[in-house]
Amino acid sequence: MSDNLYAQLISLTAGTLLLTAALIVWRRSLRASVRLLAIQGIALAGLVAVLGWHERTIELVLVSLLVLGLKAVLLPLVLSRNVLNHDDDREVPRLNPTASLIFAALLTMLAYIVCRPWMGDTDDPTSRAVPIGIALVLIGFLLLITRRRAASQLIGFLVLDNGIATVAFLTATGVPLIVELGASLDVLLVVLILQVLTGRMQVKFGGTDLDDLTELKD
Amino acid sequence: MNWTATAVALLQVLVATLVAPLVIGITRQTRARLEGRVGAGILQPWRDLRKLLRKETLQANGVSWISSIGPIVVMASSLLVAALLPLISTVALPFVPDDLFVVVSVLLIGTVAVALIGLDVGSAFGGMGSSRHMMIAALVEPTVLVAVYALSIPAGSSLLSSIVATRLDAPAVILSPVSLLAVVALFVAVLAETGRLPVDNPSTHLELTMVHEAMILESSGRDLAWLELGSWLRLSALLGLVANLMIPWGLATDATVLALVVGTIALLLKLTVFAAALGAGEVFLAKLRLFRVPELLAGSFVLAFLAVTASYLVT
Repeated sequence: MSDNLYAQLISLTAGTLLLTAALIVWRRSLRASVRLLAIQGIALAGLVAVLGWHERTIELVLVSLLVLGLKAVLLPLVLSRNVLNHDDDREVPRLNPTASLIFAALLTMLAYIVCRPWMGDTDDPTSRAVPIGIALVLIGFLLLITRRRAASQLIGFLVLDNGIATVAFLTATGVPLIVELGASLDVLLVVLILQVLTGRMQVKFGGTDLDDLTELKD
Repeated sequence: MNWTATAVALLQVLVATLVAPLVIGITRQTRARLEGRVGAGILQPWRDLRKLLRKETLQANGVSWISSIGPIVVMASSLLVAALLPLISTVALPFVPDDLFVVVSVLLIGTVAVALIGLDVGSAFGGMGSSRHMMIAALVEPTVLVAVYALSIPAGSSLLSSIVATRLDAPAVILSPVSLLAVVALFVAVLAETGRLPVDNPSTHLELTMVHEAMILESSGRDLAWLELGSWLRLSALLGLVANLMIPWGLATDATVLALVVGTIALLLKLTVFAAALGAGEVFLAKLRLFRVPELLAGSFVLAFLAVTASYLVT
């Protein structure tokens, strides 16, 4: 693969990651957020596949398939089952979307500024895309803080996880298959447990707004 | 060179003016067909214009001179925009720079003129429409500036013709995330600026939600014809700009006759495709509540802002 095409593909997939994160902040509907999360998973898998193709390592390609299966198919499926169970899929965030979008833009800028001394004047496309991974981590935190519903906090957590994975793949040009397998299983397990918990909350209290759960009830 | 550039600009204005009603016709016809209606045909906007131009202009009692010259100002600003934007060729006018700031300010002249017409009549609808229109304009302006600024970084110049020429020379720039983000942001801004869905519904009358229609409610006859043609021309010119930013091929880079013919045909094809896509897209959209409009425009502003951030801090 020519260097030019490689740089193009890296920046295209990284750009898609950032764009989907911004759109998740924008949209209030949980269904749309889950769909965007799936697109983000596809972009992350694409990023890993491009890296693997460039480095000519079969292991990374396997990892990209794992990422594709988990983050683009399995997790969105688990999440959307929960969302589809009840009709009301509107999120009422603590911060209105306009303000959170501007926050997201500022966080992205912060990520670029933080990465600057460490990136230096490098022309390497992978290290130029690292700030996007850090921006995803920060945007994931923003979602965790500003969202009220349990399911959309879960989406924030997954954006955060995607950000960590992006940074890991870009800086270390991939992690060993066994480590990635472990981390993926961890995430899957966390999501499943939280999903069960959300379902129980739904049954017991009739809603998953975490603000209503500040008092102990008998 | 001076005369050829002027001739090219005149050709652009002529083609854009002739095509603008057809662009509207294609959007309406596509929409009608997709909704299962027969539609009035793509020539209907031309027939409407001809009818309006024959009619006498009636003005409300007590209107000032603004209502008389307003439609002419709107039309003139749209014509100037059509002359300045690189629609058929990248040959730029020598005496007016096709700089991004010039284009935005010329657009703003038209916007303000329409808003003044709405206020001048003194009806409740007109004032409401004008205030909404100015709110949207104020929110759109930063997005347009920041988006075109992001596009201008690879070209190293804020002249629209050289931005498009750079994209023609190096098509790899088009698919870079910076330019994708900026073009999407610009497209949302263009939709808001020209009063299309989801910001304003161009096909409704006498609803509390209308913006553009509310301002021109009291205009009639020739004035209405100029106002309509001006806003259609503005939509076609801006759609042509977005089309040329996304698909710059076919654009004439010099003023030879062959290149200009190819450029004109390419423009017609691009506008047909974009107008049909716009009409098809509008079928799936509902108008946003007015209070949700700032959200949409803040979203597009953030996309443009991210484009600038990414292109600046990375390189």
